[in-house]
Amino acid sequence: MRYLPKSPADREAMLKAIGLRSVDDLFAPIPAEYRLDRDLKIPRQMAESEIVDFFKQRSRENGDGYTSFLGAGAYFHYRPVIIDSLISRGEFLTAYTPYQAEISQGTLQSIFEFQTMICELTGMEVANASMYDGSTAAAEAVMMAVRLTGRRSVVVARSLHPEYREVLATYATHQGMPLAVAGFGADGRLNLKELEKSITAETAAVLIQSPNFFGTIEDVAAVAEIAHKHGAMLVVSIAEAVSLGIVEPPREADIIAMEAQSFGVPMGFGGPYCGVIATREKFVRQMPGRLVGQTTDKHGNRGFVLTLATREQHIRREKATSNICTNQALVALMVNIFMTVYGKIGLKELAKQNLAKTAYAAGQFAKHGKVLFGGAPRFNEFVVETSQDPYAINSRLLGHKMVGGLPLKKFYPELGNAALWCCTELTTRSAIDTAVGLVAESERSVRPAKEEVEEVAR
Amino acid sequence: MKRMTRKATRHVNQNEGLIFEKSSAGKAAWKLPPLDVPEVDTAALLGVAERKDLGSMPEVSEIEIIRHFTRLSTWNYAIDLGMYPLGSCTMKYNPRVNEHVARVEGIANGHPYQPEKISQGALHILKTLSECLLEITGMDAITLQPAAGAHGEMTGLLMVRAYHHSKGNARKKILIPDSAHGTNPATAAMVNYAVENLKSDSRGMVDIAALEAQMSEDVAALMLTNPNTLGVFEQDIHKIADILHAKGGLLYMDGANMNALVGKARPGDFGVDVMHLNLHKTFSTPHGGGGPGSGPVAIKKALEPFLPRPVVVTKPDGTLGFDYDRPQSVGRVRAFYGNFGMFVRALAYIQANGPDGLRRTTEDAVLNANYIRKGLEGTYDLPYATPTMHEVVFSDKVQAKKGVRTMDIAKRLIDYGFHPYTTAFPLIVPGAMMIEPTESESKEEMDLFIEAMKSIADEVEEDPQTVLDAPHSTRVSRLDETAAARKPVLRWKPTA
Amino acid sequence: MAYPTDRKYTKEHEWIQTSGTSATVGITDYAQESLGDIVFVEVPKVGVELTAGKTFGTVESVKAVSDLYAPASGTVTEVNGDLASSPEKVNKDPHGSWMVKITLKNPKDLDALLSAADYEKFVAEESGH
Repeated sequence: MRYLPKSPADREAMLKAIGLRSVDDLFAPIPAEYRLDRDLKIPRQMAESEIVDFFKQRSRENGDGYTSFLGAGAYFHYRPVIIDSLISRGEFLTAYTPYQAEISQGTLQSIFEFQTMICELTGMEVANASMYDGSTAAAEAVMMAVRLTGRRSVVVARSLHPEYREVLATYATHQGMPLAVAGFGADGRLNLKELEKSITAETAAVLIQSPNFFGTIEDVAAVAEIAHKHGAMLVVSIAEAVSLGIVEPPREADIIAMEAQSFGVPMGFGGPYCGVIATREKFVRQMPGRLVGQTTDKHGNRGFVLTLATREQHIRREKATSNICTNQALVALMVNIFMTVYGKIGLKELAKQNLAKTAYAAGQFAKHGKVLFGGAPRFNEFVVETSQDPYAINSRLLGHKMVGGLPLKKFYPELGNAALWCCTELTTRSAIDTAVGLVAESERSVRPAKEEVEEVAR
Repeated sequence: MKRMTRKATRHVNQNEGLIFEKSSAGKAAWKLPPLDVPEVDTAALLGVAERKDLGSMPEVSEIEIIRHFTRLSTWNYAIDLGMYPLGSCTMKYNPRVNEHVARVEGIANGHPYQPEKISQGALHILKTLSECLLEITGMDAITLQPAAGAHGEMTGLLMVRAYHHSKGNARKKILIPDSAHGTNPATAAMVNYAVENLKSDSRGMVDIAALEAQMSEDVAALMLTNPNTLGVFEQDIHKIADILHAKGGLLYMDGANMNALVGKARPGDFGVDVMHLNLHKTFSTPHGGGGPGSGPVAIKKALEPFLPRPVVVTKPDGTLGFDYDRPQSVGRVRAFYGNFGMFVRALAYIQANGPDGLRRTTEDAVLNANYIRKGLEGTYDLPYATPTMHEVVFSDKVQAKKGVRTMDIAKRLIDYGFHPYTTAFPLIVPGAMMIEPTESESKEEMDLFIEAMKSIADEVEEDPQTVLDAPHSTRVSRLDETAAARKPVLRWKPTA
Repeated sequence: MAYPTDRKYTKEHEWIQTSGTSATVGITDYAQESLGDIVFVEVPKVGVELTAGKTFGTVESVKAVSDLYAPASGTVTEVNGDLASSPEKVNKDPHGSWMVKITLKNPKDLDALLSAADYEKFVAEESGH
């Protein structure tokens, strides 16, 4: 086996040193009836070339070569090539959590820089070293608000990513945390009247997303005012990090729960991604996840350590702020490198291109279908309502190696034939024009073939 | 210092500041293509939502970024440099073909919401990995959704709760041995179960009498790590399972130590009802400085209705798809389908090994731990004489007499070119030194490690101060963690 | 260090000093010594009710957290704000660095507590000296 650095003679010598005759003696502690005396029924040992072939084949079956207009929590942005060359260095790739600070300064300093840039971009005072993803970060942020306020119920915007809502519901169920949902208005923003109605003296947190699931930028100040008036905390989820280049961050929030996938992380069929929690300094002791802090060694050299560890499970056990143990260090490093490459000016220019492409696309679609939620600003997503079933439209697009917008009826039956479209800096004008043309053609055609619709419907 | 081995040597190491300290206006590492659509008036589009300034974000060139991160990388220790014997962490070789295949275009860039028709490749990977993991564990059904081991624990306990709830009583308590990892009690609390500690007996195993006394119809499950954190296989595992099952309880296995069992024994065969795996331990996906992990949860048939949504299914036409219609599901624990990139790597690892390779891997892991035990027995105190599986736990009892503790010996190991073992865990061993070599170490590397540990033991006798002041060869000496915690500095700030 | 005789002690290593129906609470020298460098003290807000024998806050060192147990029942009237910015004072002067002041609900609670001499004996046994 090519990963094992031992010859048969080595094994013999080692067994002899231990005083055993055979390898089987090593497994004597396992009762005989539970020892497996056959081969596992898994694929046979494969050569490296066969493994590469296997995955290339899977790649071909997996949308390779398609132009996509999907966003909805996973965004296709350009990834500078130096990200992969740097994270492939074994010293980053094959190190563990930096518990031994003296031989982990590389990881620690890079996380410190990550925390700094996240603070800078979100307008918060402290950020952690990352969480699993945006959905679990949002759920953890809400639980943090529950601890901070001593209250138990939560109001969630219906315009929060539906799968984030589902995750929160899972986390909340057994914590005895009642969830209320506040709907959206004609402009796609959180309906403030509904919020007022749902919020009570027991509300720990109001959780919204901005830009929200429809790409609409929420009026965060107005939401914050209502939340704070009732003594609740405002938690804002950000799923499209690139928006921070041109959209004012939700500075009025008490906690920001972010998904940083847009910053240089491959879409990778949904993971691994990079959640982050950022908040005010005064709340730091209720924040879950790892934190890196600056300090000095005995010679006065600057150095970095994991700090405020008493919040965590390995010390506080059942009283910890969370059971979270890993962070997404390697993914956070991708994010860190991405933020460093684009920096102060590049992130803004990048975001502006996203905005321009989306404005153009939404304008073109408006000529053939109805673009919903026009009354509020949006970033790089928009909702198009068609008379045709969007699954049928997408079926037509697939024939042209295009993946159309995400049909929303699965999550929002009330929106009927609406679909969520996304453009990034990688979406070309010609792709937009082609897609708009195909949608227009579809809208003009009488009806699609029934079986064709079902083929792509989930 | 005596008998210093030649494994480590000093070499020139570059200094490097924070990236912000290199930034100055006008430098850039990016270039966007010309815009092919009309420019927009951002102020008109966004109004008050327009952001004007990005504060202290850096402005640097590409070569500076390359040097910055390359220099930082050289300050890290890593498996690629040498033995990394952190007990319970399974720091094994991370094969490079895993990284290669994870970056193949259609795999790296698949969108989670692309239609199933063009997601068959990803679905095939999910299904194949699931089948392999079920065969390896001997369980009946699996979810790959949890993002890490602790997240898997939460998912597993949610299913335990849902199972009991469906029987009319969700129950109140989870039993956890005193040797358990801290995530176990933290998870039980998150799922709103009370934690009850279960003590270990003199062999370092679950005390059967105590378990019998504590088991009741209020107990939802026992969370057991097997082999446990002492590297000891729970020989009474069938009795433990019987005691739980007799009162309707479930046996949860923390799979942190699966590297001792793959291909040699299957938890599903010895009474486990729910377990999680750590793909970043047993199945070689890289630790990456602390993550991403991946924590699939495998279960017995009775718990299948409660799996998180969605579940991969084969449709009538033979293609694969997701089933969302799971009315008894505990719900979602994460958006999308889990850390897919880690599934790709784990599957590549399983393929590279096959049944014979996985079995040999486990044998070598156990052989290595026993070789180290033999080599250090007599030099360091071995609190439990019970046979060792894949890791061995010594204590600093002998050295403590000279005022040298486990952390000091660990820091001194750094000077010898090794990453320290796990210190001060498990909690039931005062001054614990928990060593897990994994299968990835050669006899030569382990001989050097044993020699280094013996040399340190000699130093403790002759010159304890050298050990107390270690490490001596690193960029920074021991850092002031107290100051870091008293006045936390958690971000860089520009000097005014 | 000698334990001051002007106050009572708990087996959880808190001290309590009374003056009429009000009392001041802190942790003992033995407690600070076994915790090591204290980095954070968490105490309840003014107005919170403490129950004798129940936890009311925590003291943290870099790698450990200890619960604070109320020596007596009562209402918090004042907290030592100094400790938020200078937790090291507990290490330097444990018997002078009080954590909370309370109004006693039942002054008889103190009868069950240890005298300085008894506490010293208790500590000697616990630490095995």
